[in-house]
Amino acid sequence: MTTHTTLSAPPAPAAPSRRSHPEGGSKLERRRQRWGWLFVTPFLVVFALFLVFPLFYAFGMSLFTSTLATGTRFTGFDNYAKAFTDPLFLEGLGRVAAYALVMIPAQLIVALAAALVLDTLATRLSRLSRLLIFAPYAIPVVIGALMWSFLYSPRFGPSATLFDVVGLPAPDFLAADSVFGSLVNIVTWQWSGYYMVVIYAALRSIDPAVYEAARIDGANGWQTATRIKVPMISSSMVMVITFALIGTLQFFTEPVVLRNIAQGAIDAAYTPNMYAYSLAFSYSQFNYASAIAFSLGILVFAGSYVFLFLTRKQSGLK
Amino acid sequence: MKSKLLAASGVVAVAAAALTGCSTGPAEASCTNEILQPDATQVSVWAWYPAFEQVVDLFNETHDEVQICWTNAGQGNDEYTKFSTAVESGSGAPDVIMLESEVLSSFSIRDALVDLTEFGANDVKGDYTEGAWKDVSSGDAVYAIPVDGGPMGMLYRKDILDQYGIAVPTTWDEFAAAAQALKDAGAPGVLADFPTNGRAYNQALFAQAGSVPFAYDNAEPTSIGIDVNDDGSKQVLSYWDDLVKKGLVATDDAFTADYNTKLVDGSYAIYVAAAWGPGYLGGLSDADTDAEWKAAPVPQWDAANPVQINWGGSTFAVTSQAKDKEAAAVVAKEVFGTEEAWKIGIEEAALFPLWKPILESDYFRDLEYPFFGGQQINKDVFLEAAGGYTGFTFSPFQNYAYDQLTEQLYAMVQGEKSSDQALDDLQASLEAYATEQGFTIE
Repeated sequence: MTTHTTLSAPPAPAAPSRRSHPEGGSKLERRRQRWGWLFVTPFLVVFALFLVFPLFYAFGMSLFTSTLATGTRFTGFDNYAKAFTDPLFLEGLGRVAAYALVMIPAQLIVALAAALVLDTLATRLSRLSRLLIFAPYAIPVVIGALMWSFLYSPRFGPSATLFDVVGLPAPDFLAADSVFGSLVNIVTWQWSGYYMVVIYAALRSIDPAVYEAARIDGANGWQTATRIKVPMISSSMVMVITFALIGTLQFFTEPVVLRNIAQGAIDAAYTPNMYAYSLAFSYSQFNYASAIAFSLGILVFAGSYVFLFLTRKQSGLK
Repeated sequence: MKSKLLAASGVVAVAAAALTGCSTGPAEASCTNEILQPDATQVSVWAWYPAFEQVVDLFNETHDEVQICWTNAGQGNDEYTKFSTAVESGSGAPDVIMLESEVLSSFSIRDALVDLTEFGANDVKGDYTEGAWKDVSSGDAVYAIPVDGGPMGMLYRKDILDQYGIAVPTTWDEFAAAAQALKDAGAPGVLADFPTNGRAYNQALFAQAGSVPFAYDNAEPTSIGIDVNDDGSKQVLSYWDDLVKKGLVATDDAFTADYNTKLVDGSYAIYVAAAWGPGYLGGLSDADTDAEWKAAPVPQWDAANPVQINWGGSTFAVTSQAKDKEAAAVVAKEVFGTEEAWKIGIEEAALFPLWKPILESDYFRDLEYPFFGGQQINKDVFLEAAGGYTGFTFSPFQNYAYDQLTEQLYAMVQGEKSSDQALDDLQASLEAYATEQGFTIE
């Protein structure tokens, strides 16, 4: 038996070994697997403790109903029926769907445009720009939202002075009809950089010979970008859109932070996640809150599944 | 081999550093203050009073068998969220907790608080005003010991009112006229703010016109009376709606950074405040250096029949998770039960005492407040306000009720509905919620 190890590919547990042993792999393979399990165990413990177990517990809770006046009793899926007919939950869902329709294209267009431009240039400035566009993602979400809340504030923000220069009255960024745009702005600012990095990495992996062939065929920059680059990175785009979709449907942090200064424009049930949070921690309705959270989870799962199914050709999942 | 050893020792070092974060001390929670008698019974307390550590130290020095272990678990809703979760999970709650009187029934209905009548609460009943005691009682049960109150008065900027020649209003009609006069004189600010998220503040304004929004008794925990769209509330709300529509008052959200700045830079000439308002004002920075604040009684609807109102005020309750309820009750009764403790509370924390021996003392009545240029605000304003307060009943879902109130008021100031409609909608939504929660509506 040789003891060579191939450095290019780690031994996959399912890959057949030429020296396979009836008990599942050579002695060497089993030893390596044991080390693998050893390293994964801490993560598994934390994962089970903080994700899997609470999930089951919350699901169990959602099957009961507890009202303030009467006690707790088992009601099966009544909470889910209530959730899907709850006007506040449905309104919140409509709202995050509207956000998804606006925010995802906005983030994607910015990210795609930036990645394409930075891919074409190779100057020092492009490296610096990459860093600057990515920097907002490095800021914790809460801090970013807090910063923006001060920028939007009619008193502390620069809008009053800036608009004075042009001679127009400063708009109220936190009024009921403008808070949508304000939130879209914050999220686009924060996440476009992250998506740009993903798309840029995908662009970098395209073989430059393709560009040469395109140039020979007479394609200009724009045609190269739209007809060659974008289709070739479509699997990354699908992944990016899926992440964005999941994140937007669970929109929570920015509205909660902005709610501190715009309590009228953003109410307690502004998004379904906020509704679940208020139900649990402001109104002490833990069971119904679990049902709302699971209902949202089911919808997000369904939404992502449908999206991935519709784009299976582009994403390469077929 | 060497690099493996190095890597292994590195991992061990990191793990050791991380694990030092785990405490290996006794099971008792870590206290912010120092325990002077380690053998005595320790009672854990959650409170957010300013300068409370001094009061805790005072208690620990004077009590040998009971020691307080204090932590600041957050202010207001932050603390209530943690407490609510601890109640739901059955562990993690402190022995004694500071609760504002408005949330007492929200927690007593979940059996989270101990009825203190078995632990000698009635022994100290005589030390508190009638209104204060009513706020902590429900029927025959007493769920907390009162600490401080928020009798309301009117704090005004004398320099601004003098500058524009406006007399200090004593009735709400005069208040409206003053607001108009201030605007006509071209002042950059407004007379006052009407916050849609005022919550207890807005409720107090309604109460002044005779509104009794909730009828609830813990002895009959499943029935509740809701009357938020009565004539008194409608009168008050249409008054403020009128001022908002004429642009005579601002509609900024209260307790935000913007609001704090406007309070102290003269954008609001009048701050209708509770007795803890001066402490709050004094703590804000960037104040107008030539601001001259004075206190006056809150405006009345009928000058011949003044009605006093209250905003806020806190209590100490014993939780049902307390291990030694007897000791916890002792703490609740005695931590703010001495003159010395109250001197700290008044001078360092700007609290308004509900404990009669100090409330009715000459020291408190004649106390001069430097923030008001030496005015004796207790004698002038707040003592009468506190004396005339007869208590208030809150609902067991007060947090929800306040959120709904904020939503309706916001819709009203945005012009989406009239003030009467806002209150009617509030009544409907609260009734629907109460029915859904299994209450029978009286």
